[in-house]
Formats: sequence, C-alpha cells, structure tokens
Amino acid sequence: MRIIDWLQLGLFVAALALITKPMGLYLGQVLDAKGRTWFDPILKPLEKITYRLMGVKAEREQDWKQYTIAMLLFSAVTCIFTYAILRLQNHLPLNPQGFGALSPDLAFNTAVSFTTNTNWQSYSGEATMSYLSQMVALVIHNFGSAATGIALAAALVRGIARHSVATLGNFWVDLIRTTYYLLLPLCLVFAVFLVSQGVIQNFNPYTKAKLLEPMKISVAKTDADGKPVLDAKSNPVMEEQTVTDQTIVQGPMASQIAIKMLGTNGGGYANANAAHPFENPTPLSNFLQMLSIFAIGSGLTYYLGSMTKNQAHGWSIWSAMMILFLGGALLCWWAEANGNPIHQQLGLAAADGNMEGKEVRFGVFNSALFATVTTDASCGAVNAMHDSFTPLGGFVPLFNIQLGEIIIGGVGAGLYGMLVFVVLAVFIAGLMVGRTPEYLGKKIQSFEVKMAMLSLLILCLTILGFAAWASVSQWGLAGLNNSGPHGLSEILYAYSSCVGNNGSAFAGLSANTPWYNTTLGIAMLFGRFLMIVPIMALAGSLGAKKISPASGGTFPVSGGTFVILLLGTVLLVGALNFLPCLALGPIVEHFLMLQGKLF
Amino acid sequence: MTHKAPSLFDWNIAGPAVVDSFKKLDPRLMIKNPVMFVTMVGAAVTTVDIFTATSDRGFIAQIALWLWFTVLFANFAEAMAEGRGKAQAQALRKTRVLTKTRRLGKNGPEEISATELRKDDIVIVRAGEMIPADGDVIEGAATVDESAITGESAPVIRESGGDRSAVTGGTRVLSDEIKIRISVNPGEGFLDRMISLVEGAQRQKTPNEIALTILLSALTVIFLLVCVTLKPFGIYSAANFSMPVLVALLVCLIPTTIGGLLSAIGIAGMDRLLQRNVLAMSGRAVEASGDVDVLLLDKTGTITLGNRQATEFIPAPGVTEQEIADAAQLSSLADETPEGRSVVVLAKKFGLRERKILEMSGATFIKFTAQTRMSGVDVDGVQYRKGATDAIRNFVSMPMPVAVERAVENISRSGGTPLVVATREKVLGVIHLKDVVKGGIKERFAQLRKMGIKTIMITGDNQLTAAAIAAEAGVDDFLAEAKPEDKLALIRREQTGGRMVAMIGDGTNDAPALAQADVGVAMNTGTQAAKEAGNMIDLDSNPTKLLEVIEIGKQLLITRGSLTTFSIANDVAKYFAIIPAMLMVTFPAIVPLNIMHLQNPHSAILSAVIFNALIIIALIPLALRGVAFKPIGALAMLQRNLIIYGGGGVLLPFIGIKAIDVIITHLKLV
Repeated sequence: MRIIDWLQLGLFVAALALITKPMGLYLGQVLDAKGRTWFDPILKPLEKITYRLMGVKAEREQDWKQYTIAMLLFSAVTCIFTYAILRLQNHLPLNPQGFGALSPDLAFNTAVSFTTNTNWQSYSGEATMSYLSQMVALVIHNFGSAATGIALAAALVRGIARHSVATLGNFWVDLIRTTYYLLLPLCLVFAVFLVSQGVIQNFNPYTKAKLLEPMKISVAKTDADGKPVLDAKSNPVMEEQTVTDQTIVQGPMASQIAIKMLGTNGGGYANANAAHPFENPTPLSNFLQMLSIFAIGSGLTYYLGSMTKNQAHGWSIWSAMMILFLGGALLCWWAEANGNPIHQQLGLAAADGNMEGKEVRFGVFNSALFATVTTDASCGAVNAMHDSFTPLGGFVPLFNIQLGEIIIGGVGAGLYGMLVFVVLAVFIAGLMVGRTPEYLGKKIQSFEVKMAMLSLLILCLTILGFAAWASVSQWGLAGLNNSGPHGLSEILYAYSSCVGNNGSAFAGLSANTPWYNTTLGIAMLFGRFLMIVPIMALAGSLGAKKISPASGGTFPVSGGTFVILLLGTVLLVGALNFLPCLALGPIVEHFLMLQGKLF
Repeated sequence: MTHKAPSLFDWNIAGPAVVDSFKKLDPRLMIKNPVMFVTMVGAAVTTVDIFTATSDRGFIAQIALWLWFTVLFANFAEAMAEGRGKAQAQALRKTRVLTKTRRLGKNGPEEISATELRKDDIVIVRAGEMIPADGDVIEGAATVDESAITGESAPVIRESGGDRSAVTGGTRVLSDEIKIRISVNPGEGFLDRMISLVEGAQRQKTPNEIALTILLSALTVIFLLVCVTLKPFGIYSAANFSMPVLVALLVCLIPTTIGGLLSAIGIAGMDRLLQRNVLAMSGRAVEASGDVDVLLLDKTGTITLGNRQATEFIPAPGVTEQEIADAAQLSSLADETPEGRSVVVLAKKFGLRERKILEMSGATFIKFTAQTRMSGVDVDGVQYRKGATDAIRNFVSMPMPVAVERAVENISRSGGTPLVVATREKVLGVIHLKDVVKGGIKERFAQLRKMGIKTIMITGDNQLTAAAIAAEAGVDDFLAEAKPEDKLALIRREQTGGRMVAMIGDGTNDAPALAQADVGVAMNTGTQAAKEAGNMIDLDSNPTKLLEVIEIGKQLLITRGSLTTFSIANDVAKYFAIIPAMLMVTFPAIVPLNIMHLQNPHSAILSAVIFNALIIIALIPLALRGVAFKPIGALAMLQRNLIIYGGGGVLLPFIGIKAIDVIITHLKLV
C-alpha cells in the first residue's frame, strides 16, 4: 500500500467531490423541462422535432403509473428491436467479419442485458458482434437505459420534493432531454479525450499480424461436426496447434467506451473490457474512466439536495456512499496488496501483492480501485479479472453488488436504491424520536414501508433464489470451472451482478449456455423492472402527500447521526441477508487460503 | 376507583397471564402476528424432528423447548399487558350495578330495569340513586358523586343548561332530583366503552403499528428466504444443515424481540394514559398525540389561574400608599368577586386589618353595575369608589392627574387592568389588576418548544392584554378576542400547513374545534357534545394534562422504534454465534470466525436460541413501562436511543450469548 496510491485515492475522492456540484446543477437544468443549457441553440430545435415525431406533448406531465408504463413500453420496444438485430445480424450490413446470427438464448440474454443497463456479456464482443450490432443494437441501450435510470431517479426526487401533486414529470421529456443535453455532449467530449489517449475509433476490418515467435498451444480436438472428440474416460482429446498469426481487434471503440462509463453500462467492446490496451491505454484514461463511472451518480445526490432545498441532505447521502466506497476500496486494496500467502511461501509472489489476472500497467491498487468503483456503481466494466482476486478482494465487489448497487450506483438506479434505504432508516429512527416518521416533511406510513420492503425483497429473492437453484442443479453446476467455495462465489457473483444490473463477472463461470442465458436474463429483468415498479409507486405516494414543516420534534436528515443511521440501516437491513451465503463462499475460502488450500 | 398502576409483576395478573399465554397458541390468533407465527411453526417442525431424527435428539429437544418458550414468552407479554387492563376493567364493572330506574312515560313515571332504557328516554333520578345511563340533565340541579369514573371523591354539581349538564351512567346522585334525557343505547355508554377499551377487546392496530408490522413481516419473509436457500448452498458445499439448525437460525434472525412485544407495548400505552386519568377513544388518538405540532390552550384556567388579582397600588401625587390601600380596601369590602377579594388581601400587606362589614354600621355599600361600572362604599360622609377610568373621571369633581393617566396607560399596555380609586373630591391612585400565570407553566412551554411543539394561547381578551400574558407565559403565539369560529379557522389553517393540532375544550361551542383537531381532549366536566367530539376525555378535567398525553404518545412510538432497532441490531451477534457453528464441521478452517469462543457448535446454536427467548422476558418490564421520554429535542433523542438500543443491541447479545454458553456447557446440557 504505497504512498503514491494513497495520494491517488485522495485525488480521486477530491476530484469526485469537485465535480459533484457542477454536475448536480447541470442535471437540475436538464431534468427541468423548462431548464436552460448552453446547448439550447443547437439542441432545442432537435428536441422539439423529436417531440413532434414521437407525438409527445412535452407540457403534459404523467402520474406514476403513466410514467412507469411509458418507461416499460420504451424498454420493451427497444429490447425487441435489439433482439431482432442480433438474430438477423448475418443479413445486415456493417459486418466485415461475417459473424453469424446469435442463438435465441444468447440474443435474449444480450438484449435484456443492455436494456436493463446491466451489460452482462455472455459472449466475447470482438468474436460475436458485427459493427452494426455494436453501434446500433447495443449503443441505443447504452444511452437509452442510462437515460431511463436518470429519468426514474428524477421522478422519485420530484415525488420527494413536490407535495400534494399527482404527477412526477413526463418520461419521454426526461428521456430525450437527458440523452440530448447530458449524455450526448458529455460522451462527445469524453470520446475525443479517449481518442487523444490512444483509444481507437474506426471501421476497419480486424488486423492480422504475423507473430515474431510462433506459439504452440494445446486445444481440444474436434470432429467434423465441430463437437469435441472424447477418449475412453470421456475426457476431451487434446491436440497441439501452432499459432503464427494474431488477430487484432478494430472498431469504433472510443464512442462506445465513453457511454459505457458515463452511463454505468460497462459492456466492453472487447472481451477484455477496460483491461484491453485499445479500450484503456493510459493511467490518465484509467483514472478518468473511473471518475466518469461515478460522475453522474454523484451529481444526482446534489440534484436531490437542490430539488428538496436541503443540500445538507444531498451531501449526507453522498458522504454515506463515500464511506461505504472507501471501506470497500481499502479492504479490497489491502487484500490484494497482501496477496496470497501460499505464493509468498513458494517465493512466487509479485512484489506488490496478488498480480494474478491483473494488468501490469495498472498494478494492484488501480485494479482494486477499479473493481470497487465498477461494482459500487453498477457499471461492470473491468480492468482486471475479479475471479482472480484473493477471496477477500473478490468479496468486496460481490458485497458491493449485493448491497443493491447503492454506493453511487448505476446512473439514477443508485440514487433510487439508496433512497429506499433512506425511507427505511427514517421510518425506524422516526419512531425512536416519538413521531410518525417523516422524510423531508412527508409522513412515512404503511404504504411507503410496504413498497420499500417489497423492492428489498425482490432483490433478495432473485439473487438467492436463482443462485440456490444454480448451486444444486445440473445445468448450474455444468458451467462451473472451479470447485468448492470459489465455485459458489462464481455462481453468487453471476446472479448478484445480473440482479444488481452490474454486468461484471467472476469469469470462471461458463455462462453462455441456454440455461444460464435464460435464468440470468430473467434475473436482470426482475432486478431492474420488478424493483422499479414499487419504487415508482413510492414516488407517486410521496408526491401526493402534504409537507409538514420541520420542527424541533423532527430529526434532521443530514449530519453525522443521519449518516451513521443510514449506514446502519444499509448494513443491518440490506447486507446481513447475504452473510450466510457469503460465509460459504468468499469468507470460508479466505480462511481455507490461510490454511493453504486454494480453489 | 383509582387508576393506579399495578406493580409490574402482580401475581394476580401474572398468574392468569401464564394460562393465557398457552391459550394464545391458537393458530387463528397467532396468525395475526406473522413473526411469532413463523416462530411457532418453527417450534412445531423442530418438535416433530425430535422423533424423526436419528441422532442429537437431546440437542434438538432443547432447541424445540426454547423455541416454544420464545412463543410463550411473547404471548405472556401480551397477556400481562391485557391483564393489567382487565384488572382495571374489573374495578369499573363493580361500579355498574344494574338498577331499577324511573322512566317518564306517557302515563307518568314507571319503574323499569336500566337495561330497557333507550336513547332519548327521560328518567328521574333522586338523591342516593344511581344514574342509569349517560345523558344530559334537562331539569333541575344535583350534586353527583363521580368517583367511580374519575377517582375524585369530591362531589360535582350537574345542572340543566350550560356546560355542566352531562351525566355519566354509573355515577350517584347525592342530593336533589334531576330529570335526565338518556343519550345512548345500552352497551354504548361511556363506562361500557371505557371497559372495552381498557380490556383491549376493541383494540385495533394503529397506523404506525401497521407500518411497523409490515416492516417486520417483510424482514421475516427475507430471513425465511435466507434460511431456505441456505439448504441448497449447504448441499453444494457438502455441508448438510439439519432442519433444527436452520430453524434455530431463522428464529434468531427474524425480529422476535419486537414482534413478541409489539402488542404489549400498544396495550400498555393505553393503560398508561388511563393511569393518568385520561381515556383515549382509540389507539390512533394516542399515537396522533405524539405527532402534535401545535397546541391550542385556553388562557383562563390553563395558562393563568382563573382570575385577575390585584398586585400593586399606585398612589396619585400627594397620596401615600397607605392611604390608597386603605381606600381600596374600603371600596372592595363588599365586592365578593375574586378581583375584589384580592384587593382586600393586597391591602393587608400594608398593615391594614381586614375590617368586618358588620362593624361598619353607618356604611352604605355600592354594588357594581354595568351602568355605573364602579363599586364602593359611603362611610362617614366620604364616597369611596373604585372602577374603570372613564367612570371615575365622570365621578370625580377634579380633573384626572396626569401621573394617574400615565399609570393607567402603563398598566393597560402591560396587559393588566387598571382600576382607579377615588373619593368624590380626589383621585387617590390606581389598582393594578393582573392575570397571574400559573407557576411552572413557562418551563412546560419551554420543554414543549424543545420537543418542537408550538403553543398558541386562546383568549377573549384584547390584543394588548393577550400579548402581555403571552409574553409572560412564554407561549409562541396567541389568538386574542377569539370567538369559537376563530378557533376552528385557526385549526384548519394550521392543518392546511401540514401541522397536527391538539386542543382541550369543555363547552358545547368547543365541539366543532374539538372534532376538527387531530387530538381533541374533552374535559370530563364538559358537555356531552364536547365529549362526543373529542377523541380523548380527561377525567380530572385538568387542562395541563394535554402535555402528559403528548409525552405518552411519544413514549409509545419511541418504545416501538427502540425495540425494533434493538431487535435488528441483535442479529449481528447471532450471526457470529450460529454461522461459524454451522460451518465448523465441514470447514474447520472457519474457527477464527468464532470470535466469542463458544464451546462447540451445539452450545453456540443453543445459546443464541436461549438468548433470543430470554431477551423477550427481560424486556417485558420495559415494554409495559415504556422507554423513558426526555424533552431534549429530536436529534439528541435520536442519538441517545441509537447509542442505547442500536449500539447496545449490537453489543449486549455478544455478552449474553457468551454467558449462556458458559452456563449451559457448565451444566453439561450440550
């Protein structure tokens, strides 16, 4: 744990704190249908034309049901559109590699994955997706799902800030304004910056390069039908091959990566994601990619503060998130820096810790930090293989996701997830001061508690239910490459990642099977849309309530006590539920590692 | 009867409560409390397992036993709370002896049983007889002994018309004869309602209780899910978790502590109100009183002692204090109003003996009339008068001295009432009459302010007077020259602003405001209309009681919130006891996680289950008594309760479970 790394961590938090206010103020303008931005002269006409083409009456606001239905409609239509393109990509243009169509289950999984802002990738992009699929079928979701998340958060914030109203804004207006005024300009700037760092942006066919030194590898022998040949013990027969060429991936990466980070999508252009030198070439690009993952989510806490005219509340939520972030980052970094005691005993260990699955360019600290950031924020982009982390190092990303992606979180989704915990914290604490609990003047009653608990229940049910099924079913076990606690961690990680709409993976799991593609796809749908409905109902109910003015009898939703209360609620109500299964996964694996047993 | 709190473990209550806790095992009753229902199902499943298991039967039997205890302890808590209410109901019932009564029929009075009475019947009740049902006096006046419901032995006067016409069934007429129009049908009377309320028979869950039940039920479902999925995770890990162990984990995780005590807390809250002689018509009203933001208080009787009192004599130039005191006393001798008497009392301080009217044979006393607006005495040819400034100005032959005019003005401005004292020839000075604010009331208001409650004084006085008294009493705001409709308008205005309003009233003209207020406390001496409109009745008719009502309402919520926090915080230690114990057989490497160093897996699990059961019993007194309320402001209160019940809730079970582990391994139970 070097000084330079401590400095970088400090710099990261400071930079995030600095951009939070301007981002929040700008979000305030974007999310106000009458708001004004610098881009009005160019984008205002475009915005108006879009409304006219879509038949949107921008001045007509929607109640929570209309808003939710509009959002579901948008998601469903774009999801089907993507599914269609993926199934038909062999007939469509911009396919210089001549990739075939995706299988139904993979196309379902991928379409759902991008629609839900998860970007779980059961495929390897450079070997599966045509340029058209990448740039149209997937990118519309990178923008659409991010804008949807932000719109939903805005609707909830409006429900909290407004009073005695039925409406929460207009989904189409929020969607379009967020895309035009926020995501497009930010991505344009960020993409140009990334190009300056060396990220590629082209439509060239993949480059073939002759290896200076041909390599011998052993691969499974296949018969005429492409099936592996098995020996008498039904193990695959291996044969040696000599590789003389390397295929180097090309494509429009910079534009993809900008939105992948800013929109907390995380779906990489290449399978190696942000570990690939074309996607993430320099330390500066690495630093700014991490910062961009947090940028909008962090700004949304300021937006909450300014909308509710209680900036201290916004910063308190931000502080609670930062404490959880730092806790995770430090634990992950510490575990990785300490490395694997067995490697040390054998004299194999790298000087600065566990380097398995990490890019030498980034080292232990930047890999640990990236892993923490990407799982805090439901992004899912990776610059190291989480599967290769030490048990405790891998525990952190898994735990972050299981908390419900509320540490900054996915754009929008993080805020509304955290606000569910705020509602619960306020409810329990409100009773403790002897009043019907109030959140910013709104009474928290049985309906609000019901909706908040429902969303928690869905999170728990989907993660634990599917993971438990996978851990005992033959289809689930078939995908495992590792046994023991580590295998369980892989299964848990997969479903947590999908339900949390994160998308990163403990890559040891072979998830591109019909069973995994289907169950993970359903997990993503539940994790996104089943969670959203109760939260929107909560927003509608809060918006309809009267605001009682604060008095000495109501406790402030800001300051140290509130932050502690919120952290306590997150950890006790949210996290404890996963402790038993985590004990069987990374925790027991950690203790076994200390005894010299690896998986 | 008196509404004393029974001591916490009165055997007359605890005995039947033990029996009741078994009766309450009826699944139809248990299902109302999802947390305890799940616990009972767990206990039943474990009990079956004793017989089907092939090994560890002793361990399983102990788990089953303690799970049953957990359910029984929770039932016992509820039965105790109900028992305390029943004891009070029993005392009330004794007073309700069914009587014959005389109903005024078409053919004159007829003797009928009290149970035959219907609404709007008219009965005649004579001295020594019991009033058969609630109603209004329509003719006559009588002294009535209401000790049966108020515990106050001094008789009260009930008379037709006005604000003292309501009588309550079960009270006794001591003198005279009254005609009463019955206002309720049998079984709907005040006493009946009171009995059913204290018995908890009509207890409905209050809004916050419902919300809390939802939270607890959802947590229960989540933990159920955690334990159910742990089985397949165990199968994957080659760790075979047995049914009793999973049930033990489940029961320890679900919030049994608060789940078991929740209804006891609610019943005990109603009970505490009754101990203070306040009768709440619903639990909802008690809860609402904790939410009150604005308190409307009548000035007279609540903030000030009933009447104005003379506090100062201000002599005119050239007159001594002694002289004005003497004149003031003379002019007030025949004045029987409280103000007049206070002048005589004040004069004594100047060494003047109180003169007896009888001694003054030659004196003619002049009574106060609305026309003259003066009173006084003619003695030895001197006409002493005291009265309003204008009246005296006309009376006196000389012009009013400037100093006196100024004194009058000063007194008016300070909220007092000036009375000028004069003879026909000379103005002697001014008496300062003042509303006297009750001792200690200012501190009460300061406490209320800390609790975030705004006080508004309501008075018929003019602005100037009202402002002065408001300042002296330390209320936040006042409504002067208030008419009943102004009260109603004020309540509506505050409610539109999102505030909860409480008020106390007694008169019929208070009824609309009492009905509109979120918490309306009617005084027992008040009219039937006021009592019907309010949602609480103060049997002592003490207006400052509202402050205690608010505290009890808050205490009720605080107790629920604190025990919920405690219950959830307990889970941390229970995880650290049970999870290592569950894994130790399959993964011995997990031993360092056993941070409490519990002896063995069985003792660890059993200790957690025993702790979980015993903590319910340990907290029954707290649930019945309520968590202490201190008027220290919301933030300070939150910090205090977070540390005690949150921090304590995390730490205490570590100590408790370890202690139980030491004991049971010492006793060789595992």
